Amino acid sequence: MGGIAGRDDGAWPRHQKGRTLVDLFEHQAKELFAEYGIPVPRGIVAHTAEEARAAAEQLTGKVVVKAQVKTGGRGKAGGVKVADDAADAHQKATQILGMDIKGHTVHKVLIEEASQIAEEYYFSFLLDRANRTFLAICSASGGMDIEEVAHTAPEKVAKVPVSPLDGIDRATARQIAEAGGLPPQALDGAAELIEKLWAVFVDEDASLVEVNPMILSADGQVKALDGKVTLDENANFRQTEHSAYVDKAAEDPLEAKAKEKHLNYVKLDGSVGIIGNGAGLVMSTLDVVAYAGEGFAGQPKPANFLDIGGGASAEVMANGLEIILSDPSVKSVFVNVFGGITACDAVANGIVSAFELLAGRGEAVTRPLVVRLDGNNAALGRQILADAALPGVELVDTMDDAAQRAAELAAVGA
Amino acid sequence: MAIWLTADSKIIVQGMTGAEGTKHTRRMLASGAKVVGGVNARKAGTVHEGLPVFGTVAEAISSTGADVSVVFVPPAFTKDAVKEAIDAEIPLCVVITEGVPIHDTTEFWAYAVAKGNKTRIIGPNCPGIASPGASNAGIIPADITTPGRIGLVSKSGTLTYQLMYELRDFGFSTAVGIGGDPVIGTTHIDALQAFQDDPGTDAIVMIGEIGGDAEERAAAYIEQHVTKPVVAYVAGFTAPEGKTMGHAGAIVSGSAGTAQAKKEALEKVGVRVGKTPSETARLMREVMQSR
Repeated sequence: MGGIAGRDDGAWPRHQKGRTLVDLFEHQAKELFAEYGIPVPRGIVAHTAEEARAAAEQLTGKVVVKAQVKTGGRGKAGGVKVADDAADAHQKATQILGMDIKGHTVHKVLIEEASQIAEEYYFSFLLDRANRTFLAICSASGGMDIEEVAHTAPEKVAKVPVSPLDGIDRATARQIAEAGGLPPQALDGAAELIEKLWAVFVDEDASLVEVNPMILSADGQVKALDGKVTLDENANFRQTEHSAYVDKAAEDPLEAKAKEKHLNYVKLDGSVGIIGNGAGLVMSTLDVVAYAGEGFAGQPKPANFLDIGGGASAEVMANGLEIILSDPSVKSVFVNVFGGITACDAVANGIVSAFELLAGRGEAVTRPLVVRLDGNNAALGRQILADAALPGVELVDTMDDAAQRAAELAAVGA
Repeated sequence: MAIWLTADSKIIVQGMTGAEGTKHTRRMLASGAKVVGGVNARKAGTVHEGLPVFGTVAEAISSTGADVSVVFVPPAFTKDAVKEAIDAEIPLCVVITEGVPIHDTTEFWAYAVAKGNKTRIIGPNCPGIASPGASNAGIIPADITTPGRIGLVSKSGTLTYQLMYELRDFGFSTAVGIGGDPVIGTTHIDALQAFQDDPGTDAIVMIGEIGGDAEERAAAYIEQHVTKPVVAYVAGFTAPEGKTMGHAGAIVSGSAGTAQAKKEALEKVGVRVGKTPSETARLMREVMQSR
């Protein structure tokens, strides 16, 4: 597997510009499906091989042990295995738990009753950015090779625009299933499933609901054998139960700390700490620092993405600096602010108060800071920093020169 | 000259009485923009910042002749506010609000289309539109640049300011911040078309970001329809690859959405793409000096 639905819906960082898209684990997606009356196989989540054995005993018979990771390609990576009985489920879970799939460690598995599969189909609802509408995608050629099918035989993959004003009823759901080439014996079941998936998509504020495969079982039932759901956190004001889906275990500790302070922070693996205002400018700052780093020993790279947003106060600036300096891999910091709404004097005051705050805790700032201030009250901001004469703080006039200097200092400090 | 927003534009503010609405109404007035009123159903008939508050967009239009609305209402109410503006057929609706759910934006866009696209929507989650020296609808700082003959269209707010500032000696006809949300009203292509047709614009700066395939589609449009020089910048070259879930996105767009893919698509049609914002400004400088 390995599609790009996630990227298409929001790109990295997932919470750029205040928008966070939350991907659900398969078992969470299926629990949600079940609430909407969508047929899914019986399943139990297990965090240990022992729990997997107990789950298989409870389900009886042949089971499937499925790695729960928020990425595609787990089948091809060996993260899905059939087990004949409880002892076998224990063994298969032992193999899968702790596995690394594309950088995701497997912390839990879904133990599921094995399904008798007659046919595999593909179905999804998603946002079609280009056409600014929703789209239903349906194909009788489901399974792991759907992208290949879409590429080589696009006529086998139906793409049907769905207006948010019209929605989906049973009749349109059936038309979509027909357009996807599903056989007559699957149409009734598929139409019902599609109609209910639309309810999930709308009522849960999802940007993606994907079922691959959607199966026709040997006994003629249409079921969701897998489930991928991406939720829009911007809707949390009306989706109050969605906050429970945040995967605290997978969160970087610094990212979690930043989130508590309402900072838009993403940990990266370099040594130049980055603070800026506005997602675009910060993304651009990462690029400029990475280019500058190419010219220095060890090729220093950005250590993080941190957007203090528009109109940031001194307190926000101080919080941001505190987070960045608590990352031991940071060797230098680049504060890059173009004051539009944000006032540069507030940014400068924030830097001064962060130094005071950290000194008060006995954690004096020992790493160099390169600061570039332009725009709203820039002269005042520069004056505040010049007067404060903080140790290790350098003012540089342009973004490119400042990036150069920050990379150089990180190379020296490494 | 300018696109979509001129010295004659009469602006109303939906959500004028809130904190953000108040702050930016003041800033717009200070920049010389003709703000003529606000809308808040609960405060209709009152006066705020010296301006009349109306109960509906339609009332505001009939009393003031407003032709531009700027929306500052909170995300939970944005959909209804924009639909109200569409119903009132205001020619331009600039949605500043950040954090609007995707389903809401998609719905109000569908609503605008169903009503015959009589209202141009810019945003949501954008800094708005500024025609320096003429008018300003949104939160773009008025004093960072000068009137001139460069047009700018951008997904990013602060990068817009950065380029406006770096090219302040040449100045701008209009700068449009279209916002970086997955669904937006006005696109790069809409702005490119308007700048191409605007006699007051000589060259165009286009700023993109990773995600989606809007830049690739803009490149295809430029090849076919734009004869004025275009200089571009794309942010996000070194951003780590996004998490990948499912197949749906790849089936739909077929584009990787990476900064590199966007740069290549733009360069293929003759657009010069800067490596950094400052280099982009230098490229535009060369374009303007060679004229």
